[in-house]
Amino acid sequence: MPSVDEILEGKDICICAGSGGVGKTTTSAAIAAGMAARGLKVCVLTIDPAKRLADSLGLRELGNEASRVDPALFAEHGVEMKGELWAMMLDAKATFDELVARQAPDEESRDRVLNNRIYQQISSALAGSQEYMAMEKLFELHTEGRFDLLVLDTPPTRDALDFLDAPRRLTQFIEGRSLRVFMKPTGLAARVAGRGATVALGVLKRIVGFDLLADLAEFFNAFSGMVDGFQARAKRVNSLLADRHTCFLVVCGPQGEPVDEAVYFHRKLVEAKLPFGGVVVNKVHYPAERLRGDGGDLGAALAGKLGGPPFEEIGAAEREDLARRVAENFADYQALAERDARNIERLARELRTKGTIRVPYLDEDVHDLGGLAEIDRYLFASSEEREALAAGRA
Amino acid sequence: MAPRFSCRPAKLLGITPIPELLDKRLVFVTGKGGVGKTTVAVALGMRAAAAGKRTIVCEVSSQENASRIFDHTEVGFHEVEMEENLWSISIDPDESMREYVLLQLKVRAMRDMLFRSRIFNYLAAATPGLKELVTIGKIWELAQLDRKVKKGRKYDLVIVDAPATGHGIGFLQTPRTFAAIARVGPIHSQAQQLNRLIVDHEHTGTAIVALPEEMPVNESAELERELRAEVGVAVDRVYLNGLYPERFTNEEAERLAELAGGEDGAVRAAARAAVSEHGRARSQRAQLARLRRRVETPVKTLPFLFEPELGVESARELSTRLR
Repeated sequence: MPSVDEILEGKDICICAGSGGVGKTTTSAAIAAGMAARGLKVCVLTIDPAKRLADSLGLRELGNEASRVDPALFAEHGVEMKGELWAMMLDAKATFDELVARQAPDEESRDRVLNNRIYQQISSALAGSQEYMAMEKLFELHTEGRFDLLVLDTPPTRDALDFLDAPRRLTQFIEGRSLRVFMKPTGLAARVAGRGATVALGVLKRIVGFDLLADLAEFFNAFSGMVDGFQARAKRVNSLLADRHTCFLVVCGPQGEPVDEAVYFHRKLVEAKLPFGGVVVNKVHYPAERLRGDGGDLGAALAGKLGGPPFEEIGAAEREDLARRVAENFADYQALAERDARNIERLARELRTKGTIRVPYLDEDVHDLGGLAEIDRYLFASSEEREALAAGRA
Repeated sequence: MAPRFSCRPAKLLGITPIPELLDKRLVFVTGKGGVGKTTVAVALGMRAAAAGKRTIVCEVSSQENASRIFDHTEVGFHEVEMEENLWSISIDPDESMREYVLLQLKVRAMRDMLFRSRIFNYLAAATPGLKELVTIGKIWELAQLDRKVKKGRKYDLVIVDAPATGHGIGFLQTPRTFAAIARVGPIHSQAQQLNRLIVDHEHTGTAIVALPEEMPVNESAELERELRAEVGVAVDRVYLNGLYPERFTNEEAERLAELAGGEDGAVRAAARAAVSEHGRARSQRAQLARLRRRVETPVKTLPFLFEPELGVESARELSTRLR
């Protein structure tokens, strides 16, 4: 398995996907920072409503505009920034507004949408509206061509799939103009809609209420002038995702559940003919290889060692107790390491990939630039280097 | 003569009172992704069930995580009995929508026509937030003592394994948003009814699940603020999950560190593991203290379970540790 920079060779979009809590945001930030340190102009963007990316990058506030991360911050951690790192947190509402402004044929149509009550509610408040707009921002940034590489952090897997589905859903959503026909079933419209639709509408009015239905119709109708523009754009977004310069990285943890999710997500990517680049497994407990099979009496060996310096002044009973606790702790750790190895093996088998990029469970949380620099060693090291690093730690 | 029994019979019998959170009728379990929400939700369910409460644990957005805990028993959109007093359901939005329409329209022919009509299917799929709304509608229905569905079982407690942080807020805000969109009419009044349930502090509560790490702690504090200020729901507990035991003293760890540097083989590896563990346990305690400073809600801890995969027994173990 190559390292991240080899996987991303010649790519201009890297999409990190995976289930929640597997360190996707941190991984995205580390990949972006690592590629920037190696000379590229990189922008990392998150559509996750939680403010994790800002945390990772030590930024107070991220807006809908890309802002540059101060290279001096990296210098403090001994990282020389040869390129540039930029970061952006997606503001779904602002993106939606921008999109409407761009697609509207005239000011009146634009204002009709922007001032629509339903639009104002859905574009900011409702769950799921982020996904509608995420692809849009990615596409826009890519079209602008200001960056060598865009790294996208996505919400957890189920949502990430919604996110893949976003262009299609957007198109479907816009097609609500047909509702207008249903709302005024007279004359030609009635003939187009048909009698069945008229009756269905009557039933719908009963359970939804006429006012809401009328408002919805008005809302969908407000978009009517923009349908072609939206559809064309959705098509281009789709082809951007499938482009050979785009790369999906699946991020997961070593437990059974995130591995299942990673396998599921990989399958969906393959089905959708989207370019899969590799898998990053975070927080791996590396086994102490040399100890495999020795299984001897660690407790006794420990008790012996604990008799020498620097433990002379401890009493025998205390020494034994300490030895027992050290052995117990080690057995717990080894059990987790074996579980991780089993799950990663399964992952490699299911994904038909030779190896995986494994980032160890570090002693300290990764939540700042120092932490990012630490995991950089694993993401960007060659396979041999990674194993050597891991063996040194175990 | 000394009394035969201590004056703490409850403790003698091994009974500890259930967390007061479980005296509510509806509890949302929320938090950042991957913090163990499902395990905690199931553990809360087991605890309530053991105390004799008829309890149902609901999953949303068809994740089927609880079925994983219950040894991969398929849950689905049915109320499935997992153990005595404990049921589980996976709330599918499409099924919820169907059920909602069935309850609204008593005439079969009308329903069939509606389900077949393009306009209905279009609106059901395209209206943003509708899935969340009907999901909360189903949760509301499960929490009714007078169930709307035929022969519906009465539950004392409904526990919801809610969506992760960012989406969790949007999810709980959905009824209010819909009530605002539909100014009048049936959707308006029903959405208002749902929102009244969510902000009813006497009957509805939330538990935030957090991990003892920097970012999850920050997010939990932010989540608490948003749940209180923006959703208006009661926040009753923060569970800090996965807390490592403190196996070594600082002094012991310092000595073991010397052993970890010099020796080779098993002893060195074991000493290193001990030093790492000690460092983690300590930094976790610091995060716990930070969390306590940053939230108003009582914080209770749950231990890290050194088990390869968390299953039904892990949830049961945690259920006895819930405070």
